[in-house]
Amino acid sequence: MKRVFVRGVYQTAFGELWDQSFGDLLVEAGQGALKEARVEPEEIEAVYVGSMLAERVVEQGHLGAFLSSQLGMNCPAVRIEAACASGGLAVREGFLGLLSGEYQTVLVAGVEKMTDACSPEVTSGLMGATNGEEGAHGFTFPAIYALMAKAYQDEYGLSERELAAVAVKNHYHGSLNEKAHYQKAISLKEAMTSEMICEPLRLFDCSGITDGAAAVILSRKKGSVEILGSGVATDSLTLSGRKKFFSLAATQGAMAKALKMAEIRREAIDLAEVHDCFTIAEIMALEDLGFYERGKGKRVALRGESYFNGKLPVNPSGGLKACGHPVGATGVKQIVEVVNQLQGKAGKRQVKKARVGLCHNVGGSGGTAVVHLLGKTN
Amino acid sequence: MRPVGIVGYGGYLPRRRIKTSLIASAWQKEGKKLEAGLGVKEKTVAGKDEDAVTMAVEASLLALARAGINQEKIGALFMGSESHPYAVNPSTTKVGEILGIGPDYFTADLEFACKAGTTAMQIVAAFLLADQIDYGLAIGADTAQAKPGDALEYATAAGAAAFLLGRKEKEFLVKINSFCSYNSDTPDFWRRAGAKYPSHGGRFTGEKAYFRHTLAVGEKLFKKTKTKASDYDYAVFHMPNAKFPQKAAEMLDFTAQQVKPGLMVESVGNTYAASSLLGLCAVLDQAKPGQKVLLVSYGSGAGSDAFSLTTTALLRKKQKRGKDLGSYLRKKKYIDYVEYLQLMEAIG
Repeated sequence: MKRVFVRGVYQTAFGELWDQSFGDLLVEAGQGALKEARVEPEEIEAVYVGSMLAERVVEQGHLGAFLSSQLGMNCPAVRIEAACASGGLAVREGFLGLLSGEYQTVLVAGVEKMTDACSPEVTSGLMGATNGEEGAHGFTFPAIYALMAKAYQDEYGLSERELAAVAVKNHYHGSLNEKAHYQKAISLKEAMTSEMICEPLRLFDCSGITDGAAAVILSRKKGSVEILGSGVATDSLTLSGRKKFFSLAATQGAMAKALKMAEIRREAIDLAEVHDCFTIAEIMALEDLGFYERGKGKRVALRGESYFNGKLPVNPSGGLKACGHPVGATGVKQIVEVVNQLQGKAGKRQVKKARVGLCHNVGGSGGTAVVHLLGKTN
Repeated sequence: MRPVGIVGYGGYLPRRRIKTSLIASAWQKEGKKLEAGLGVKEKTVAGKDEDAVTMAVEASLLALARAGINQEKIGALFMGSESHPYAVNPSTTKVGEILGIGPDYFTADLEFACKAGTTAMQIVAAFLLADQIDYGLAIGADTAQAKPGDALEYATAAGAAAFLLGRKEKEFLVKINSFCSYNSDTPDFWRRAGAKYPSHGGRFTGEKAYFRHTLAVGEKLFKKTKTKASDYDYAVFHMPNAKFPQKAAEMLDFTAQQVKPGLMVESVGNTYAASSLLGLCAVLDQAKPGQKVLLVSYGSGAGSDAFSLTTTALLRKKQKRGKDLGSYLRKKKYIDYVEYLQLMEAIG
């Protein structure tokens, strides 16, 4: 099989970036990745852009050519949309373009500008990730994930403390990441007494509304980090189409495919960036990815195992919870974090002896899941 | 600048109050947390027979009585509000008619979110400086609206303040030393034509809106008047909550002591176009002669007006004439959330 390397990565600051437009963020990420990779724009043969809400929030479509032209390129350029998995899927498409033999080097970016709209508009826009039925019945994403948390609670028992511990851990990681939206560590008490959003999910169980962009340069030319495997699986957009609410079949499917392609054992994975749009999502992810048995994922953060210096570091960037969740950028940002970790450039949150990392990006409530496995090049 | 000053002032607050904790409990929120976060314990609510016009009249009557000036001498009347009872049909002609002003006067309603009251004061001052009138009345009055359940609901309040301006120095209670304004197109808070309730940009209303404009206008005034925070005895800022004015004041190097006398938001709420002007009324009720006051308003959309003021010996005499703001602060009747919703015409 052909090999694909990550030549350069870049993440803009994540946050309420009122002074930067959608275009500013996307171009900063693209230029940053090119500079980091020491690749000239003319070497890029294709551009992939992941974004979910661009038309809705900033009235900008045609994102592929938007970025390529802004960077002075006229190569093929395409936009990928798969709700919150848009970024991960864009990486996947770039990866496949290289594997096909058509291209030598491509640019993949993810972007979202969310704070230019009011919260109700963003909440409504995000409901585009489901099929219309759930939204029409008054569901919002906090409600959907609250239902999943309830289902998990019914099956395995789940305390507020166990949920809050995930938020505390990710906010701690966020406090070590100067590009994170939320850089303040929080206590269990703060998390457990924060405002109830949708039972059992409190304010600190939910990711926020964030602006940001990230980009990576993928190439068949050798680099220090390699994409070992990539897997995608899809499922019903709505909970009503699923057999279980407390587990995502798409995550399981994507993980199996990625592991098979990478030809590695799960035990070889040293760290994971998983899709923690809500604290319950991280708990479910740890089980669906096979790191923990069913019903065991809930204790991991509380026991300290998923801290950056723990047994299996999870979301050292702060995750969606604390680093922020500009939806289209998230999947690409996960790659940026894992590459930085594998290259030993993660500063205060550096995972020791990291050789293999995982990125898990989910669209909607599990309609799409994308898993990438990255390894240090031998 | 040629002499222009305040010759009379009056503040009015309706009697009804609702506690922040009561609104919070109606929405299953923690009252104490909200109270501490906003620094607002209770807010004023206009009665069924009150609106921006009636409150403007109440405040104006106090200002006229304090000044001892015949209302027929008033040559201009400008009133700022975002709750003018009519979209088309001026509030000021009603206020003028009730007060007995006119018909020989300049007048118009003003709207600039929470700063329209201070803008009215700048327009009246400009008429005086241009020798067009001898006296002019500037009013800020609001019965602020908030969608039930919106974060705004905890602070939106009702009140009015009126300032009678003149140009005879011997009549001044307060001399206007200088004023300026700072404005930009900033979409932090708005209400579309026909909409019952306003919309807002959440946290965007802070750093990029309130603070950007209040700090800029404050610095502009310091530069224009060659003064600094320590030259003033009092500082009054627009009060959407207690935190914003205190933080803005601190950033301009004012101390808590300079801010406290005008900081009445804790027991009144945000009276919008009347907010900073009522703060000024509270300061004038207690100020001594020869003291300096900085007044900074803020209106969404967005802009800030600033004034440098100095009190005179005459203030001492006149501040006891008529009702002071304290009497309105003390006279209150608490209402429950259902009555509140009725008064807001949200139900019933």
